[in-house]
Parts: sequence; structure tokens; C-alpha cells
Amino acid sequence: MHASGQTLNGSEIFFECLRRENVEYIFGYPGGSLLKVYETLYDIEDIQHILVRHEQGATHMAEGYARATGKPGVVLVTSGPGATNTVTGIANAYMDSSPIVVFTGQVPSSLIGNDAFQEADIMGITRPITKHNFLVKDVRELAITIRKAFFLATNGRPGPVLVDMPKDILNASCLFHWPETVEIRGFKPTVKCHITQVQKAAQKIAQAKRPLLYIGGGVISAEASEELRALAIQQNIPVTMTLQGLGAFPGNHPLSMGMLGMHGTYWANQAVNACDLLIAVGARFDDRVTGKTATFATQAYKIHNDVDPTNVDKNVKVELPVVGDAKHFLASLIEEMPETAVDRSSWLIQINKWREKCPLTYKNDDNKLRTEFVIDEVSKQTRGNAVVVTDVGQHQMWTSQFYTFINPRSIITSGGLGTMGYGLPAAIGASFGVTDRPIVLFCGDGGLMMNIQELVTAVFSKVPVKIFLINNSFLGMVRQWQELFHKEKYSFTDLGDSNPDFVKVAEAFGCKALKAETPDEAKKAITEALAWNEGPVLVDFRVVKKDMVFPMVPAGGSISEMLFERLNPKTMV
Amino acid sequence: MKHIISVLVENKFGSLNRVAAMFSARGFNLESISIGETEDTEISRMTIVTRGEDQIISQVLKQLNRLVDTIKVTDLTRQPHVERELLLMTLKLNKTVQHEIFELINVFKGKVVDIKQKSITIEVIGSPDKINTTIDIFKPYGIKELARSGAVAIHRGE
Repeated sequence: MHASGQTLNGSEIFFECLRRENVEYIFGYPGGSLLKVYETLYDIEDIQHILVRHEQGATHMAEGYARATGKPGVVLVTSGPGATNTVTGIANAYMDSSPIVVFTGQVPSSLIGNDAFQEADIMGITRPITKHNFLVKDVRELAITIRKAFFLATNGRPGPVLVDMPKDILNASCLFHWPETVEIRGFKPTVKCHITQVQKAAQKIAQAKRPLLYIGGGVISAEASEELRALAIQQNIPVTMTLQGLGAFPGNHPLSMGMLGMHGTYWANQAVNACDLLIAVGARFDDRVTGKTATFATQAYKIHNDVDPTNVDKNVKVELPVVGDAKHFLASLIEEMPETAVDRSSWLIQINKWREKCPLTYKNDDNKLRTEFVIDEVSKQTRGNAVVVTDVGQHQMWTSQFYTFINPRSIITSGGLGTMGYGLPAAIGASFGVTDRPIVLFCGDGGLMMNIQELVTAVFSKVPVKIFLINNSFLGMVRQWQELFHKEKYSFTDLGDSNPDFVKVAEAFGCKALKAETPDEAKKAITEALAWNEGPVLVDFRVVKKDMVFPMVPAGGSISEMLFERLNPKTMV
Repeated sequence: MKHIISVLVENKFGSLNRVAAMFSARGFNLESISIGETEDTEISRMTIVTRGEDQIISQVLKQLNRLVDTIKVTDLTRQPHVERELLLMTLKLNKTVQHEIFELINVFKGKVVDIKQKSITIEVIGSPDKINTTIDIFKPYGIKELARSGAVAIHRGE
């Protein structure tokens, strides 16, 4: 490590800063603008560089790593196409509030704006999808800019930050100075909640007969699961979670109601509409959660805690906003609560009645292989202890329904942007961050193809990611909507004739591969895959082609009116 | 309802773009935006005129605050403030209406900044409402070109 006060070039400063930010891994791909950086990297041993095969893969890996560990993920790519290839990954991290820092090479300062070779205005392109971005114009500004980038990515509501580094800056030298503190005038997130608001919330909870905790990913990023558990159990409050919130509260606890919203559980959605107090923590009233907002939780007094004030009153008007960090909110709430909880048994009994009326089930008496069975079986065999990564689509929703998440940071999924192709690289990134729990990926055949090149990265790095390919030869979720709402016109969703043999593809990449066509084969393949830790393993589960995810709230519908079957779309409960 | 919002931002390249892009990305109305350095050269002041219901304006203010480059956001609408806009306008000039034009310039407390054989350029300063009226009144005389600065505003002193 170089000390402050030495003269270093921009590339050396870059790595000195990463060291001081405790960066373990860089997900990157070299190129013309970054030649100096890669020259310096050649001799660096304390930071691992993971060579991806496409820059989009790098951003998803960084996000997978960030979500699995809570630490910021780091991306390093060259200018122009290298930078533009990161756009989807950055947008994804922005929508899901994941802390990643993306470093892009840029053409020399003197050429910026001249349509130089491999030039792209990545600052302009990424302004609306980053929390903030920087163009470094002077090597003396490099260290403080990197410090600010990490600070912004990880403080307040986390998010992606991009640093654009022109080639001449990386070559130029200056005295290296590491700023121990960082001050950004326009960035002062409210972390501590206003105590009178917390006291009001406590009062409302103490009085409520039918309270409900609606928990989002903010609770996980704030590391507030313990506080949540303590509050819910002490006060007997049932807990429903968003897709990103799953695992914040143990799914096997009687107070857990699973996910709410479009493909949430019947009982969670009924509870939302019957509750007299809705306590939203680290959640943002997304349209996939609320359905029609006019009919969402109309009987409830609503409390909304979020670290980002823009989330408050954006989609749904609430009675009591509490801006601040979820951990601080929940901890101070517990302090303000009376020790003895109100008796809520009749509310919990009512919820159980809903649960018994419409449980989550799937057909398993015809010896056909179904996604739900695969997920259920993986959940059982891993005892809910895996870090589960998904791609986007039907398998993602089934994962939310049939994998029992026990711990926080157990689901890594593209929730906001819904990025197909996210799963494989995110799972690889997660497996660098977490080595003491199995990393399981559920991925559709459509999504796997979107970033399949990253199999090379997994094989080369020998990461033991379990790639559970849910192969129905369809873009299943689109197909489901076509069947339900678009006259069964399966327009370009049938991949059956064009899909490759995924076992052969995996093997060509040097990846162990298995195939399962029946529940029995699936069970065995899951056991075998979970036991294999010498590198990645892919299991091609040939599941039935035309299953649909139920229950379902049609887009824009009220969440109390769920669809349970296909034949009569008017059958609502 | 019309709102006039004063925003202090870091005087850096891209700050204006961040604000304008946020308005278009979120579908907020943006009637005018003007920007200039303040007494502190590291800080610029933006004056934004927008329209919307209270809930939208509340989002506008919060989204402005959320931008890292913004230092302070103030909705001046319901506070004592002074609001001014500059109008530069070139009119056709001919002998028959020359007199009337000069009269009107006086009425609007305008100034002649340039005069040629067939045209006259004037400046008028006032509230955006006054500027609207000025333009309406001068329209029949033949406006060749006009430029408006957009509103700038500031708190009234104590």
C-alpha cells in the first residue's frame, strides 16, 4: 500500500483508493481507455479482478455481490461500448437500490466531444439511472471523487454511482492524498427518524386491532431484520413482505404471511385490505404491490417509514410519514412500545382462515415435473439456508411462493426493472461474496440465454453456483399474459424449436450439467448438484410447458380480487 | 397551480441537465428555468416555474432535493418574494405607428436598446404576467423577434 503524500499516477491512485474502500473484487473487462489501469492491475494481488465476458455481466455480478454481502460491488469497464454495455445493469441497480460503483474509462479529455474512437457520453446516458455520476477532470480530483462515489453509493438509500475517468487522467501523476472524511453539501440523508413521529406510530400500533407490517427491501439493506423480528413478535403483528423484502422476517414463523401483491398470497392481500393499521417499512408502494391504488388498504391508517422522502406519498397517500433509516425506526419504535402487547388473536385467526381457504398449492399427482416442485424441493434440501438468485418471470414468482426464506440477504432478484439475463451473473457475483451458504440460481430458458456467456466466468473462477434451469421452452410469463389477456396468441414466446440443448451448451463451456424430466429425477439431480462444489453445475429441468402462476391480480386490478385459475377469468374470490 | 421554486445548486457542468432531465423523466411540467451564479461562485441559483397540484409539487420539491448537486430548494410561491423577467423584443418600425410605439414603451417602463431604420429593439422588465401583457399589446405592431429570460426570483429581505 502506498502512503498519502507519495507521487502516484492516476491508475495507481485508483487502486490505492479501492484498497482503502476495502474492495475485494472488481468485475471488469479491459479496453483501450483503461490500458494504464490494467497495466497497474497486472502486479496487484490483494484485489481480485474477475474477468467477465460482457460488461452487462459485470454490473449484474457487482449487484449480486452487493446484495449478498451488503458491501458495494465494483465494476471496471472501458469507454464507449464498454460503458454503454453497463447501462441495463446500472438501471437495474438503481431501481432496486443496490450499492454499486461503476468505473468507466473515457477518451482523453482533449478529445471529449469530438466523436473520438470509442467515445460515448456515458455521463449523459447514465444521469437518469444513477444516484449520481462524476467525470474526473483532474488527477488531483480522482481520490476525493472515488471517496464520494463509495460514500454516495452506500449511504442513505443505496444506489449505483458512476465515475468516468479519461485516459489522460489515469496517466497523469500527482501527490496522492486520501481524504479521511467526505463532505457533500447537497447530500444529507435523514437517518434518524423524528422522535415525535415514532411516538405517534407507537401509539397507533398500541391501539390497532388489526395491524399489518408491510416490509420492503429497505429493511434488508438497513440490516434491520432483528429489530423487525423483535417488534413483530413482541406486538403480535403479522408480517407481509415484498419481493425484495423476503427473508427480512423468517418465512417459517407463524406471523409470516409471505409476499403480497400481484402474485402474493391470498391471505396477505386480504389482510392488506382488512387491516386497520398498515406499517410500511422500507417499501415503496410499487404498482406490483398495490394493484389499483384507489382500493389499496382503504380501511387502514398508514404509517410509512422510508429513508428516501421521495417515496413518501408518491403512489399512495399516507397518514404518518416517518423519514429515516429502517433500523433506527424499528429500534426506536420498540423502545416506545408498551411491553405488553394487545391481544390480537381474533385478527390472527381471521388471517389463518384466509390462509386455509386459499393456500399455495400445486399439482403433484401426475408424475409431471413442475417448477413449483423443483423450488419446493430445493427449499427443503437447503432448509431455506441458500442464497437464492432468480432471473425474471414465472420461476421468479414461484420462487417467492415456494422457497421458504429464513434469513435476510437470501433472495437476489431483479424486482424493479425486471431484467431478464440478470440471474446468472448476479448469482456468480453473489458466490464471490458468500462462500458459507449454497448459491442457488433459478433461471428460465429465455433469461439464461441473455447472459449465457458468463458461464465462462463461473467455470474459470470455479464458483459453485447451482444453476437450476427451469426449462419450459417458453417465455412463460409473457405466454401466461397472452393466454389470459391476449386471445391466446402466443406471439414469439415459444422457444421450443430454437432453444439449444442446454446440457451440451453447459458442457461445452466446461460446466457440469445434468438433466431431469420427472420429479424423481429432479430430486436426485438437486441432491447431486447441491453436493457438487468444485465449480458451477447446471441442471436442465424439463418442466411442463403451459403452467401459470396463481394466484394473480390482473394489472391495475384491486389486490382483493385475485385470479385463481385460467378457464374462467371472471372467477374472482 | 403555478409554483415558483428557487434552487441552489453546485456550479458544476451537468447541474442544469440533471434538473431538466429529472423534470422530463418524471413527467413534471417545466414552464421556465433560468440559472446564474450567485455571490458564491461555487453555487448557482436556478429559478424554476412549474405547475401542478399540491401532491405533484411536493414530489417536485422532494425530487429536486434528492439530486446530489442541489443544496437548497425553496418553494417561493406562498412566501414574500420578488419575481422578474426580462423581455427583449424587436418590432417593425414605420412612421405611422412610431409615435404609438414610443408611448407604449413608456407605459410599460421599457427601454429602447437599439433602433434602426425599419426596426426597434426594446427591453422590458417585470413579472411574467406583465411580460405576457406587453407582448399582447405590441403584437398588432408586428413583432419580428422576441426573447424571454424566464423568471428569476428571490426572497424579499427583512
